[in-house]
Amino acid sequence: MTTADFFEETYWALSANKVRSFLTMLGIIIGVGSVIAMVAIGQGSQESIQQNIQSIGSNLIVVSPGAQRGPGVEVSGGLGSSQTLTMADEEAIAQTVTPIQAIDAELSKRYQVTAKGTNTNTQVVGTTSQYPTVRNVTMESGSFLSDQQVTSMAKVAVIGPTTRDDLFGTGADAVGQTLRINGISFNVIGVTQSKGGSGFFNQDDMIFIPISVAQHYLVGPNADGQPYVSTIAVSAQDAASMASVQQQVTNLLLQRHHISDPTLADFTVQNQADIVATASTVTNTFTMLLASIAGISLVVGGIGIMNMMLTTVTERTREIGLRKAIGAKRTDISYQFLMEATALTFIGGAIGVIAGWAASWILAMFAGLTTQVSIFSVLLSFGVSAGIGIVFGYYPARRAARLNPIDALRYE
Amino acid sequence: MRMIEIQNVSKRYQSGDVETYALKGVSFRVDDGEFVAIMGPSGSGKSTMMHILGALDSPTGGKYFLDGKDVSTLSEDQLADIRKEKIGFVFQAFNLLPRATVIRNVMLPLMYLEVPRREREARAREALLAAGLDEAHFSHYSNQLSGGQMQRVAIARALVNNPTIILADEPTGNLDTKTGEVVLQTFADLNKRGRTIVLITHEQDVAEHARRIIHIRDGSIVSDKPNTPRV
Ligand SMILES: Nc1ncnc2c1ncn2[C@@H]1O[C@H](COP(=O)(O)OP(=O)(O)O)[C@@H](O)[C@H]1O
Ligand SMILES: [Mg+2]
Repeated sequence: MTTADFFEETYWALSANKVRSFLTMLGIIIGVGSVIAMVAIGQGSQESIQQNIQSIGSNLIVVSPGAQRGPGVEVSGGLGSSQTLTMADEEAIAQTVTPIQAIDAELSKRYQVTAKGTNTNTQVVGTTSQYPTVRNVTMESGSFLSDQQVTSMAKVAVIGPTTRDDLFGTGADAVGQTLRINGISFNVIGVTQSKGGSGFFNQDDMIFIPISVAQHYLVGPNADGQPYVSTIAVSAQDAASMASVQQQVTNLLLQRHHISDPTLADFTVQNQADIVATASTVTNTFTMLLASIAGISLVVGGIGIMNMMLTTVTERTREIGLRKAIGAKRTDISYQFLMEATALTFIGGAIGVIAGWAASWILAMFAGLTTQVSIFSVLLSFGVSAGIGIVFGYYPARRAARLNPIDALRYE
Repeated sequence: MRMIEIQNVSKRYQSGDVETYALKGVSFRVDDGEFVAIMGPSGSGKSTMMHILGALDSPTGGKYFLDGKDVSTLSEDQLADIRKEKIGFVFQAFNLLPRATVIRNVMLPLMYLEVPRREREARAREALLAAGLDEAHFSHYSNQLSGGQMQRVAIARALVNNPTIILADEPTGNLDTKTGEVVLQTFADLNKRGRTIVLITHEQDVAEHARRIIHIRDGSIVSDKPNTPRV
């Protein structure tokens, strides 16, 4: 038998019973489709979390006061008990650590903010002109704080789009308006572009003011009577230099704070990659869980194929006997049945890939999930389904091939 | 030329503790171009004989030479080769593939014989015409045919690989007398054109069409005589 003959025989055999062939394939279609869709959901959420983390800055290293915390936890509401970081630390880092792209200092605290009779409770961030570079912030309208405004302690504010919506009405032109933080009036000079962040990383609901103003008028000095900062954010030149920058910052601050044992440091240096890594571990587990549930349905589909092939072999016993009587060898028969099983999984696998892709798209469109179809999951599930065809088709095929021609011809 | 030679062939079936001898030391020869009927009552071992002659089964004792080759020493695959190259079977129950067209049924042996694909259809048509089937039925499904038409398709399938020998097991068993007569005439014509034919039957009337009749009973030959066919 030539390859073309095997294909033709397979075509005839499968098209002779279209409904049954389709129902058998359905198991594989659902299996492959759900593996692809589930992995797409997993990878999509991983991707969206990573993008979220990326959006807080690129190659970012964050220094916070206080001892080591778990990565990924950002301070919200109040400043921790430690107030050990100062503007002098920031200046020292800016002068000695290389290669860095930008550095800023931040002093954040939540305040009640009012404007024209409306009010909201939001995060007020005192910072420098470098903030947009370090944190990847762009402007929707107006401009960000300038160096001159920081030095001169100008009472100006840049607000996030959510804050703008809350205080001045959705989409209102806020530039030139006035708001009050803790009773002090600020002139709004700009609105930042929305980043669509949420949860810990909602950067759309913030107010930025010059750090000098925050230190002088809002927060006040630390126990030593010194103005302090709650975060120093450093943007390394590139991903490759992050480790080196992180190390330099740590060493410099240990030295400046006169601490010899790094485990007793009164500050924490967090690397953006650590945060990404932690988030990835979680989403990877999630992806694996989804994929293994889907994988089970793939195996169930495979058993469906074996079941159908065994039925087929029994039903076609006389045909097998006849084929042997006119000269078919064992290998001809076993390849024929194996090919039928493999064709079912191949076609089912291909339809499953399309179905999985479509499902991911539909989930993204109508359920608002972020999905990302990975080529790896497509290849894997398709490969597994093809493998299942061979594994589960082998036994029925062998059974068919071993039938004794006379017994097979006699079979009623 | 000696086509078939069996020497002291026996076949023992074992089911549980019970042993049955379907054939008990049978010997005969069939030469090229003969038309032999093997006749005997039901249960006498005719089908067993045909399975052995057709290399579908091997004897438990004795020797079988086909075209001078000792069949009993061959492997399963070698037996399959003999079946596809030298033997054409016509089964009592036709054994056509029901969901396949007439032409595809007849082309099937050519697939296993690895005849080039483009030659198959022409050869199948030729065989169908030789078996006397009207061209109008070639593209019908085999389960849409009458018994007589099915038997012709089965004969065409047996002819298509140009076998040295055609083995027919009760080929008229499922047919009415008139159709049976036409089918037997087809065998006679094929024989006149040089085919070796072994016809298995339990009916004297059917055996009368052959030029030699071997009677078997209880697995042994009781007579082996030439016959002048009735026309
Ligand atoms: N597979 C088998 N197992 C056991 N006994 C068998 C088998 N096939 C045939 N026989 C026995 O062998 C004898 C001859 O059978 P068979 O060749 O079919 O006879 P015929 O075709 O002449 O009617 C019968 O007694 C039958 O019961
Ligand atoms: Mg019989």
